[in-house]
Amino acid sequence: MTRPVKHLTPTQWAGALILGALVAFALLEWMLFDRNPARQQLDAVFALPSLHEPLGTDQFGRSMLARMGAAIRLSFSLSLLSVLTSALLGVLLGVWAAWQGGWVDRVLSFLLNTLLALPGLVLVLLLAALVPGSFAILYLAISLALWVEYFRVVRALTRTVVIGPQMQASRLLGFGRGYLFRRHIWPAIAPSVLALGAFGAGNAILALASLGFVYVGLRPPTAELGLMMVELFPYYTDAPWAIVQPLIAVFLLVLGFNLLAGKKHDITD
Amino acid sequence: MGKIVLHRLVQAMMVAWSVGTLTFVLLRSLPGDMAYRIAAGRYGYDNVDSAAADAVRAELGLERPVLEQYLGWLGDLLQFNLGTTLVSGAPVSQELQHQLGHSLLLASMALLLSAFIALPLGILCALKSQGKLDLASLIASSLLRAQPVFVIGLILILAFALHLGWFPVAGFGTALHLILPSVALALSLAAVSNRVVRNSTYEVLHSAYFEFSRIKGLTARQTFLRHGLRNMAVPVVACMGIQLVGLIEGIVMIESLFSWPGIGHGLAHAIFSRDVPMIQGTALTLGLIFVFINTLIDLVCHWLDPRDNRE
Repeated sequence: MTRPVKHLTPTQWAGALILGALVAFALLEWMLFDRNPARQQLDAVFALPSLHEPLGTDQFGRSMLARMGAAIRLSFSLSLLSVLTSALLGVLLGVWAAWQGGWVDRVLSFLLNTLLALPGLVLVLLLAALVPGSFAILYLAISLALWVEYFRVVRALTRTVVIGPQMQASRLLGFGRGYLFRRHIWPAIAPSVLALGAFGAGNAILALASLGFVYVGLRPPTAELGLMMVELFPYYTDAPWAIVQPLIAVFLLVLGFNLLAGKKHDITD
Repeated sequence: MGKIVLHRLVQAMMVAWSVGTLTFVLLRSLPGDMAYRIAAGRYGYDNVDSAAADAVRAELGLERPVLEQYLGWLGDLLQFNLGTTLVSGAPVSQELQHQLGHSLLLASMALLLSAFIALPLGILCALKSQGKLDLASLIASSLLRAQPVFVIGLILILAFALHLGWFPVAGFGTALHLILPSVALALSLAAVSNRVVRNSTYEVLHSAYFEFSRIKGLTARQTFLRHGLRNMAVPVVACMGIQLVGLIEGIVMIESLFSWPGIGHGLAHAIFSRDVPMIQGTALTLGLIFVFINTLIDLVCHWLDPRDNRE
């Protein structure tokens, strides 16, 4: 096992720091305030930020602090869930396809080409149309769009390892599959898997916000960053500070994950 | 070459099949009895009774087994019989033709603009790598890439439409309407492509063959035209293929934001109003265009670099 944490570059540290701050905000809001993000106070619409409401209130007098906390927690959990799922699926199938070769490789590659034929967002939109407003289907759709990248990269990397002399030697010495994977394959693919994971998390957050923005993702009154942008946009002249909050949150989330991913993600071929 | 085309042809078939299947499932999962719904669409909600519904059921064969209906649905798709939209009743193909023109206009304008930004900027950055311009473009690109494309659009609207009042907020019609959406799309595309142009130019300029052609006495201009250009173009064109995903996703988002009557807006709108034939038509068109342009890019890459070291 490699310890990638030790080798973080300064830019990656910056990314980790931004994400850490956002996690801390989302968790502290939850533990210290724990307000209901759907509770309306119609006599306090668009209250300016104050000590009681540090981020002000929205068009229904709902606490922006509570809504931002809930939305960031939602984005984080969705992106982590779909990255874990797609990474597991992509790595397992990618290693399997490269190691086994033959028809396994052909069938999986065919499946991949089918999925690649539709742009990711169109696939996610179609699946979101099947069951509107459901978190589970968004999670499934985004994972389905993400695993392709893992499979492609892992399969290509594993193939070069499998035919390399080091692994052949280990195999001749009679080591088991588990050992071969841990000793030879995982170290070769780990940096790319982690970089792809950070990059994929950013993409998942973008996808969720984009769906909310075109109004086919989660439904109101869920606090979701894209949805909050559309809801607050008509009130831009009344409360510019309100719409700025979800914009900054998405920006920081994606920037954080992109910086964390480092340079490797640029063009993975 | 034939292999590239065959591969993409299979992909196009798979697009049609997967879009057709997903929309068929969607159609079956809409709430309510389908016969009643179609009868209501034909005769108006007040004139529907069970006799009318039964007549529709018998006429359209809705009591047939699901598998048979599924095959019929795919058969219609193969003959490009996309049906009529549930909202206006017009044939889907007619609506698509209308939308496609608007989308192509927006997309080509955005591509052109992004090329005008990315090519000079990337080459200048490569000539003075690690210079001030290079650093500035790196930072600007990273910041732009961290935004969803609709946020770029939103910021442009806020700045140039609401505050300065130079351009209309949304809609279409005049040339002025085209500017903000295409600039938003172009910026998000150029944020990636200017770095790719820069890297591929940098690599060519620092390669052994480039240096050797200068040493053997060719002028800078000859070297650039004979040895630089073609080698630089391969990664740039290949990157356009990857950016294509971004372009199509961007079109869905930007058209919705600016109420641009194109195909992406059509898709988002059809999903919102659960207009299944329209969903099928728009998703199918986007998927087929995607495969088609990818084929073109493969062929251009093959033409630029016929050594065929690509998979």
